Amino acid sequence: MNADVRPIKTAAETALSTAFASAKGRLPGATTLRESAFKRFETAGLPHRRVEEWKYTDLRAFMRDAKPLASPPDAAAKARAKNAGAAFAAVEGRRIVLVDGAFVPELSDLAGLEAGLTIRSLAQALTSGDAAVTERLGKVVPTDNVAVALNTAFMGDGVVIEVAERAALTRPLHLVFFNAGGAPASVFTRSLAVVGKGARAMLIESHEGVAGSDYQINTALEIVVGDEAHVDHVKITGEGAGTLHVSSLMAAVGAHARFNEFLFTTAAAVVRNQLFVHFKGEGTVAGIRGATLLQRRQHADTTLVIDHTAVGCISREVFKSVLDGESRGVFQGKIIVQPKAQKTDGKMSAHALLLSDDAESDSKPELEIFADDVQCGHGSTAGALDDDLLFYLKARGIPAKEAEALMIQAFVGEAIDGIEHAGLRDVLIDQVAAWLKTRE
Amino acid sequence: MALLEIKNLHVKVDGKQILNGLNLTVEAGQVAAIMGPNGSGKSTLAHVLAGKDDYEVTDGQVLFAGESLIGMPPDERAAKGLFLAFQYPIEIPGVATMTFLRTALNAQRKKRGQEELSAPDFNRRAFDAAGKLGIDRDMLRRGVNVGFSGGEKKRNEVLQMALLEPKLAVLDETDSGLDIDALKVVSEGVNRLRSPERSFVVITHYQRLLDYIVPDVVHVLSRGRIVRTGGKELALELEDKGYAQYTEEMAS
Repeated sequence: MNADVRPIKTAAETALSTAFASAKGRLPGATTLRESAFKRFETAGLPHRRVEEWKYTDLRAFMRDAKPLASPPDAAAKARAKNAGAAFAAVEGRRIVLVDGAFVPELSDLAGLEAGLTIRSLAQALTSGDAAVTERLGKVVPTDNVAVALNTAFMGDGVVIEVAERAALTRPLHLVFFNAGGAPASVFTRSLAVVGKGARAMLIESHEGVAGSDYQINTALEIVVGDEAHVDHVKITGEGAGTLHVSSLMAAVGAHARFNEFLFTTAAAVVRNQLFVHFKGEGTVAGIRGATLLQRRQHADTTLVIDHTAVGCISREVFKSVLDGESRGVFQGKIIVQPKAQKTDGKMSAHALLLSDDAESDSKPELEIFADDVQCGHGSTAGALDDDLLFYLKARGIPAKEAEALMIQAFVGEAIDGIEHAGLRDVLIDQVAAWLKTRE
Repeated sequence: MALLEIKNLHVKVDGKQILNGLNLTVEAGQVAAIMGPNGSGKSTLAHVLAGKDDYEVTDGQVLFAGESLIGMPPDERAAKGLFLAFQYPIEIPGVATMTFLRTALNAQRKKRGQEELSAPDFNRRAFDAAGKLGIDRDMLRRGVNVGFSGGEKKRNEVLQMALLEPKLAVLDETDSGLDIDALKVVSEGVNRLRSPERSFVVITHYQRLLDYIVPDVVHVLSRGRIVRTGGKELALELEDKGYAQYTEEMAS
């Protein structure tokens, strides 16, 4: 395919080029990888609505400018991060804190790591040319996605987590991404988690920031789920209302493994969560779910590409979105079943609840099936709360507002129930209740 | 004073006149049966009393304990002691029956200025009331009416009535879809709740239900009006002769 002729760059594109030219000398390691990734970005430009995968989330339009790269956090920024992630205290996870994109060991709980667990800074691994990292980075699920390319070009820091074969972590790992909210800034974090054969790990990723911060976040995580491993990953996007948040997850799942993914989104101005999941080994069971609650003019996009290349994998995708105000929820889910992936069992559903006449839901489920012995299906709905149901609740004495809240909780509860960790389930149920209280 | 007084009630649904000057008085502690052919306006009356939208009151009055119900939101009517047992109870996936019952009871108590019940107090009441109706605890943990049989749904309606302790319960075709055993359980549940302080409006097409819930008075509804009122023997007469005389009377 010929490259588009793009003589005019937007202000953001120009700013990104300038930023790369001036920053590449001090970004940690991986010079060749960065250069080729940046070239990919320069060729394509920021994705816009005429690029099919970005049809509903025009990143070029959303990014009027590119914020300067965030500076390393100073003492004041770190102090503000002290209570970050506190909402998840009941989960008793091991806190790993990143402030403005930089891993901060002194705020992290790195004492008494369980046998077989290592946690280190991505920046240090890249600077030292750590082969275990450089050999994997960008190769877990290869993609030419432009947001991922930008992340690769600019990645500043992140964490590298390794869980050895057969190790079973008793505590969840809780990655706390905190935006300290000084000057407007862009933050590029990249993390890698390698979970060995038969190991067990739960990874919680929460993104938060001080209210009103003007940030552009581009975060990426690559996860290798070994054969027979069991990995849960839960990502909570809860940043301030001024934030543009683009996130990419690349997960390669081995044979006879279990992989559970959950995306919980309530905040930020614009969110794009993209998931690239590759089932590489047979007999794996995966649940990929999410709940999105939006109001005012928020925009959130969940884009999945689930690639089945092995025999007999089961995947369940359940996404629920609650859309109030003038918000817009986007779901794009593509399930690919390769010729070898016979006996694949894939079911995907996306349901949107529209709480206002001005909210919008866009849903695009796709199945690409190249094997002949599979069971795949998808369903997608969008609608308002059922009047008959509401009347039943009201006729029992429950006021209209409370009846609506009960229905909304039940609606997203169906997705949240898919989370195996009871404590985390309760935290998210509480967050739904808190969100309901903020409805205007 | 009468608990419920309906005077000259006219109601339209989708632009169609369903109730045409209905007059009805229910005394405190009275069990009033309303019988009538299909399409006579029985369910419309039930829904208008409970306060469903889409039912347009074009004329008349509905007084409950002396207060007008017209325009009052359904949750306020419930808090004042009005209860509708639905003909087709709704399934609410994701809302556990216990949560639903407690939310409803506490919302009503709050509105009446009473203290909310603590979870243990509420649980004791709910398990006790459920036990009498043969509803096991597992059913209470499931989503409201989800996967319940027709009989279980109707028993769940009676359970709600028992916990909410209304002043007036309107039973909309509670017998529909019930076999004889379920009908007995449901009727016994209703009879246990009969008291001088509680009135019932029992809406039914068939006399059978009235063998179990014996009314003090029977009204015949036809074409949106009460056309005859009598004692419980009127139900037997209707069973014997059918509704034809009333529909013909109206037509002539």
